[in-house]
Order: sequence, then C-alpha cells, then structure tokens
Amino acid sequence: MAVDASTSAKGDLILKNLTKTYGEFNAVDDLSLVIPKGSFFALLGPSGCGKTTTLRMIAGLEEPTSGTISVGTTDITDMKPYKRPVNTVFQNYALFPHLSIFENIAFGLRRRGVSDADVKAQVDKVLNLVELPQLAERKPNQLSGGQQQRIAVARAIVNRPALLLLDEPLGALDLKLRRQMQIELKWIQTEIGITFVHVTHDQEEAMTMADTIAVMNNGKIEQMGSPEDLYDSPRTSFVANFLGQSNLIPGTITGNDGDNLIIELFGNKVSVPKKRSSAHGTSVLVGIRPEKFRVAAEGKGATGNVLTGGVVSDVSYIGVSTQYQVEMPWGKELIVFEQNDDDEDFLRKGEKVTLSWEPVFSFVLDGSENASSGSH
Amino acid sequence: MAVISRPSGKVFALKDNKSLFPYLLLAPGLLWLFMFFILPIANLAQMSTKTNSGETGQFEQTYRFANFFDSFMDASGQFARSFLYATLATLIALAIAYPLAYAIAFKSGKWKNVLLVLVIAPFFVSFLLRTIAWKQILGEEGPVTAILRTLHIISPQTTLTSSAFAVVTGLAYNFLPFMTLPIYASLERIDPRTLEASGDLYANGFTTFRKVTLPLSMPGVVAGTLLTFIPAAGDYINANILGNPNTKMLGNVIEARFFKIVDYPTAAALSFTLMAAILILVTFYIRKAGTEELV
Repeated sequence: MAVDASTSAKGDLILKNLTKTYGEFNAVDDLSLVIPKGSFFALLGPSGCGKTTTLRMIAGLEEPTSGTISVGTTDITDMKPYKRPVNTVFQNYALFPHLSIFENIAFGLRRRGVSDADVKAQVDKVLNLVELPQLAERKPNQLSGGQQQRIAVARAIVNRPALLLLDEPLGALDLKLRRQMQIELKWIQTEIGITFVHVTHDQEEAMTMADTIAVMNNGKIEQMGSPEDLYDSPRTSFVANFLGQSNLIPGTITGNDGDNLIIELFGNKVSVPKKRSSAHGTSVLVGIRPEKFRVAAEGKGATGNVLTGGVVSDVSYIGVSTQYQVEMPWGKELIVFEQNDDDEDFLRKGEKVTLSWEPVFSFVLDGSENASSGSH
Repeated sequence: MAVISRPSGKVFALKDNKSLFPYLLLAPGLLWLFMFFILPIANLAQMSTKTNSGETGQFEQTYRFANFFDSFMDASGQFARSFLYATLATLIALAIAYPLAYAIAFKSGKWKNVLLVLVIAPFFVSFLLRTIAWKQILGEEGPVTAILRTLHIISPQTTLTSSAFAVVTGLAYNFLPFMTLPIYASLERIDPRTLEASGDLYANGFTTFRKVTLPLSMPGVVAGTLLTFIPAAGDYINANILGNPNTKMLGNVIEARFFKIVDYPTAAALSFTLMAAILILVTFYIRKAGTEELV
C-alpha cells in the first residue's frame, strides 16, 4: 500500500476561503478557519447553516466550489476521501450491518494492510477504551443506540487520524444517554489527543464538549471563541439568542465615564463596560442574560443598573429556578430566571417589580442587529 | 406491593378465543394451499407408482417404485441438460441483472422509476409471445445474426435459432426480471452512508464494492438466482420454440409423457425426481451462500 496522507499529515486544520455553491445558493460562503491540532472544536448552528456541508468537504464527501483545505502543510482539497488523514463518526453511525463489531472496527486497519496480530491488538485496545470489549463478536443490530455510537467512535479513532469528524453524533440518543456520551467523548478526546471537529445544532452539547465553538449562520461564521466567551460576550444578536437566551433592549449611547459606556434605555441610564461592546454607532442593543437579572418588589433596594416600572406577567416554577416574564413600560416582555436559593417570597402575577443587574453582566450589540435573529 | 389477584375463569376464556384468532386468519390461505398444492401433489404421488393397465389412459396402483428409476434412466440426458441450461441461463441473467440493478439503484437519478417500469414491462406480454419474439430476434432476418455475421464472429452458414444457444439465452431473457428485481431491492436498501463510511475508512471504490456493497446485496443475489434457476430448470417452452431435438430439457419429456404419450405414471415420477433434485440443490446452495447470516 502506498504511503498516503492518512499517516503522514499532521498539524492544524486550515480552511481557506472555502465556498460551496448549489446553484444560486451559497451553502458555505468564503469560510476561513484554523482549527488547532489537538483541540475539540464545535461547528454550531441551526439546520441549513452550512455546518454539515463544511464537515463533508473536510471528509472529502463533497467537493468545494472554491477554496482550500489543508492539514498542517499538506493540501488535501483534491484528495480522495480514502486517502485523507480524516475519519468520520457518521450521523446514525453507518456501521456495516454484515460485519461483526470486531470487523467493523478492523475495517480501516485492514484496508491499510495492517497485520492480523496488530489489528487484533489495536481493536482490543479501542474496545477497552470505549468499555465494550465483550461485544466484539456481536453484529451492529444486536447493540443499543448508545453502544453503536461508541463503536462508531471506536471504528474511527482506531485509525489514529489527524482529525476526527463527528456529524451530529449524539442526535439519535435520548437526553440522559446524550449527557453521558458528551462527557465520555470529551474524555476520549483528552485521552487520545486527536483533533475533534464536532458538528451540532445543540448549543448545550457544543458548550459541554468543545474548547472552541464556531457559531455558523447562512454559510458564514458569526463568531468563534470559547464557550464562556460566546456566552458572556456575544457580538451578534444571532449568537446572543442561539446560545442560551438573551434580553436585547434597544438604547442610545449618551456618553461614557472612563471604562464604561453610559446608555439610555427608555429613560433609564445604565452603564456597560466598553470592552463588552461591539457597537459601531450610538444606536445599540443592550443584552442581559435572564439569570443575570435580579428581580425585587418595587421600592426594595436595587443596586447597579436598574430598570423600573416592570409588571410580572407570568411566573413558572421549575425547581432550581423560577422563570418570570416581566412586562416593561415600553411594552416588551423581559425574561428573568431567579435561583430558588433563598427564602424570599415569590413574586406574584401582576406585582410591580424593579429589575437590576451588575454592569459587568451585560453586553452591547450594534443597533443595526435584528433583535430576534437566532431565537429558538 | 400490590397483591396480584387470581385471574377469573372469564379471563381464561377470552385468552383461548384470542389464540384461535391467528388460525382463523390463516384458514383461507391454508385451504387454498390444501386444494391447489397438497391435493394435486398427493394425486401426483399416487400416480407415480401406478402401471398402465393395457388401455390408454387407464392405470392401476401397483406401487411400482421402479418407475422412478426407469424414468430417470431414460431421461438422464435431458435431466443433465436441464440443469446445465438452467445454470448457464442463471449465470447470464446474473451478469446482466447485477450491473443493471446497480445502475438503477445508485446511478439512475430521476429515471429510476422509468427504468423499473421498463424492467417489468415484458411481463405485460405473455411468456409464449416473448419466447416467439426472441426467435425473431435471433432469426435469419434478425439483427443479432446480421451483426455477428458482419463481425465474422459466426460464419455465414451458421444460424442462431434451433440451437442450445437460443434456448439458454431465451431462458436468461425470459427470467431476467426475476433476477433484476430482488437484486435491485437489496441494493436499494443499503444505507448510502455505509458506503461513505467505507470510503472514509480507506477503501477505494472497488474495495467498497467488494467488501460492503456486494455482501450487503447477497440476499438479493440468492433470491434472484433461485427465482431464475428453479423455473428455468423445469421450463419446456424455450426448448420447444427455440431448440432442436437435441436440446430437449426435462420439461419437454414430462410434457410429452403427459400430453402426447399419455404415460401419466412416468411423467409423475419424473416431476417428483425433478422437484427433489431442485430441492436438494437449493438447500445446498442456500447453506453455501450463508443467507441465514446475511439476511
């Protein structure tokens, strides 16, 4: 067997001006991206945002319209899928139904001419890694969904690719199993140190596992960063709404006091740190996460930024927290999550309240952003 | 823990009624099988050991099991020929049907349904007419002979009709849809992602075909070869219309014994021998092909 890139290429994954066009439609639009070696990278976005197309281009299952893909210094753009240093965990796993679990995992090794003894040793090793050594002789249809998913991971990582692609790998599992597999996948990634590129529409899944998340929308990357970064300092309303929930309130910058911007929100003056702003002009959207709000009956002490004149329009108790909807004087409803960690009285529907929050817990978006973009 | 109360007699009665229900559903089918399969077979079995009582069409039961041996020895040549022709026809049909089914399943795009209808279209014409049409196609004035003569593949004196070639290709032609459809069905069922996974795991196109596509389509290949081989082995129309006296198959012998010579016991004995031979072959074949594992 010829020496191919599957064993020689190492290093960062570099996408340069990657574009995929279907007729008039740009599925992936001039995407440039560096995914560092050894990282757990998530491409997050709603269906149709181009994340799966990007993944399939990296795997070699789709041909880019233009742009290049390389691993380290090796350009793999025009390489056949079976020559790439890349393995994929497919959606719904795509295990070979006619082969035993052992032969499923051995498939890639055998194609590369690995000797029988080495095949046995390596397959046994990954079966132990995914904690399913007892299933070697079974057929895929005799396994549960969670077991199949682990075998799909084992079948890919046994080849020690430079890059492991995961296409919505946990989509078919129930919630509890999904949580468990998230932790397990993260552990496997840390254990073997291969670069994982994970495609998902589930923001919680991306945030649990990935070091770096790229949020995609309409074939472009909206924002890229660590989960904390994206959650605390979103730069577009799409990111603010797609990752968790955000209250976005339109306002105007009226001045600043050193490190803070002073912004007027329907008559209330609030301040936000300058470094948390991505606004260009004076017209802005101020974003506050629902759990950052403090809610108190009108007249009770409120510190930091304060919005007055709210009326509770809905209360739902969900155990760890209580969710309030508060109607503001300007006619919009804000969402507030209050931890149930003290013996304060519940606020009732119709009660007048004041909302407040610490300035560092808010962010500022440009006023041209569509406040409802990316909402669930 | 709740105490589980003893079921009353009524519950048992209901359960008994329920267990009868599947048999009621089966009854029409079983009755049909009994009337049109079991009874004729029993009748045939009875006939196979009778002897002619001297008058044409009159037979008496003498339990002469030697009928089986005698008839087999008389028709052993046709027996061997039947299996040879059926095997060749099956192989030819497989060679044509597999690529055809593969193309329809994976490469036809929006033409898939049109192509499937074309595969089934010959069924709208009677078997007999199709066989006669095949005679025309291979005939002196037909295109096949003309082309082969122009290319000097056959000499100008050679004719294609009334030959073993015509019989075998006629069988292959007539049973081609029975080969194509099961193979198509099994190819169609393959998840395209397993093929992508194979490519992803360092298998090139040919290896993917050999290691994934072909094994996954084996149930269709086994079904198709059986559906072609079994009727082809018992066929007599192709040999009748397309063959010559030296290409007679066992079906022709049975037909002659039944309808021309009116020697029912011999015809019945031969029918049984043919059935048994096919059954043994098929059992052996299915074991070999390992379909229990593949399905």
